[in-house]
Amino acid sequence: MAEPFLIGEEMTGGYGAADILNGCTLAVEQGQIAVIVGPNGAGKSTAMKAVFGMLRLRRGSVRLMGQDITALSPQARVARGMAFVPQTQNIFTSMTVEENLEMGAFLRTDDIRPTMEQVYELFPILRQKRRQAAGELSGGQRQQVAVGRALMTQPKVLMLDEPTAGVSPIVMDELFDRIIEIARTGISILMVEQNARQALEIADKGYVLVQGANRFTDTGRALLADPEVRRTFLGG
Amino acid sequence: MDILNALTAFLNFVFIPATAYGAQLALGALGVTLIYGILRFSNFAHGDTMALGTTVVILMTWGLQAAGIGLGPLPTALIALPFGIAVMAGVVLATDRMVYRFYRRKRAAPTILVIVSLGVMFVMNGITRFIIGVEDQVFADGARFVLTARQFRDLTGLDEGLAIRTTQVITLVTAVVVVGWLFWFLTRTRTGKSMRAFSDNEDLALLSGINPERVVAVTWIIAAALATIAGVLYGLDKSFKPFTYFQLLLPIFAAAIVGGLGSPLGAIAGGFVIAFSEVMVTYAWKKVVTYLLPESLAPEGLVQLMGTDYKFAVSFAILILVLLFLPTGLFKGKSV
Repeated sequence: MAEPFLIGEEMTGGYGAADILNGCTLAVEQGQIAVIVGPNGAGKSTAMKAVFGMLRLRRGSVRLMGQDITALSPQARVARGMAFVPQTQNIFTSMTVEENLEMGAFLRTDDIRPTMEQVYELFPILRQKRRQAAGELSGGQRQQVAVGRALMTQPKVLMLDEPTAGVSPIVMDELFDRIIEIARTGISILMVEQNARQALEIADKGYVLVQGANRFTDTGRALLADPEVRRTFLGG
Repeated sequence: MDILNALTAFLNFVFIPATAYGAQLALGALGVTLIYGILRFSNFAHGDTMALGTTVVILMTWGLQAAGIGLGPLPTALIALPFGIAVMAGVVLATDRMVYRFYRRKRAAPTILVIVSLGVMFVMNGITRFIIGVEDQVFADGARFVLTARQFRDLTGLDEGLAIRTTQVITLVTAVVVVGWLFWFLTRTRTGKSMRAFSDNEDLALLSGINPERVVAVTWIIAAALATIAGVLYGLDKSFKPFTYFQLLLPIFAAAIVGGLGSPLGAIAGGFVIAFSEVMVTYAWKKVVTYLLPESLAPEGLVQLMGTDYKFAVSFAILILVLLFLPTGLFKGKSV
């Protein structure tokens, strides 16, 4: 099998003495959506942080386009084309929507207006609210700002930590549609989701993590069809 | 009843001095609030940064005066000011490199950094006194008044005089220019926006590729400039005495907290709130009241709420009231 676009392989590590990740492997192909699901405390967010370099690994490696980036800082990974949307505090609340997008493109020296235009096309409501402080927006709109900020770096990989946390079901469907749209432009997406069923429906690849290790790995559809996965993780 | 004379007395003894003092406090509080917003600690050394900056400017002013270089009606200190700012920028950057950076790398708690800044304060305090001594220094030269009380009386025919000192005008003009530039810088430039982003959400700023060391350095330079400007303006308007500058820390902090720590707009509003409260509470209103009331009701006492010795009590009282009832200040800063 060819090397995946982005892979965190056999990752082991944690914050203190105890490991949270135990040989966990995550990968995503170009332009595809990979979803990480699992029970609370399975290490889903930790695995994302490990891939992004926010957690020191004791074992394992992270490779982007075949290059080992395990030792790189998160900032250096941003420069390499990775973008990360944290679960909380993922926008600059006191700054306007437009300034949030500008800050996303901080490292770029070329003209950022075309990218900003793309973000506004993807999330039309943001164009309307571009002069408003991002902290004044609704939960769903804030998530759009957060994703928009990450897209401003023109990433090759977009990592989302529970993008639908705390938004209404309608907004959630809307956000999933937008995420599919982003993937169609060739950006790989790696995301953690609480709403496992909906997320697996749009996933090319699904990872079920339990206690920091891979329990099931398959296409989203296959996982949804797997009776054991359904019984243990999707509530029947 | 004589409303015009009362108004003139009010302008002369309350409004104009309080406005100049408010502008000086606002500039000081802006520096404190910027450091708080970006480096996340209360910089107790700010008053002594002002003192040291003013000392540098005074020495340079004396040199210029000895060389016969001046600005005519304007104080010579204005020529020395950019030089003082440059020296202080170097001093605070060196301090950051030698002291604060160590604690920043350790991700020290804000309380630790406050105590560290207290240490820096004592060092700067000592250096200032070592260089220039503890005495009062008057370094204002040039024309003393833009408008004297006598000119005003001749002009209007009123009994009451109104004097406008050159230093008061310079204070206001400088404050407006500096504040205008600062807001332009923070809202329009890439570096300014990155400073606001860093202040708003440090982790996300890092994820966006904003270089924290650069943000910190720019913040220190701006804080040094604000401190030096505020110190020189205060010294020109009154006089320079190291101990007074150390004491200024209280009204400056009160101003920053009243406005909302981390909010530049709040620092300015806070500066004027504190200045006006201090002046109005400690002013003897007898003159104004006498003009306004019929003769039979003329007050016997000074109509002064508090002696001027108690002016710091006013800052303290406001500080405590704000912390009790409005902990994030008038402009929703960070709570202390």
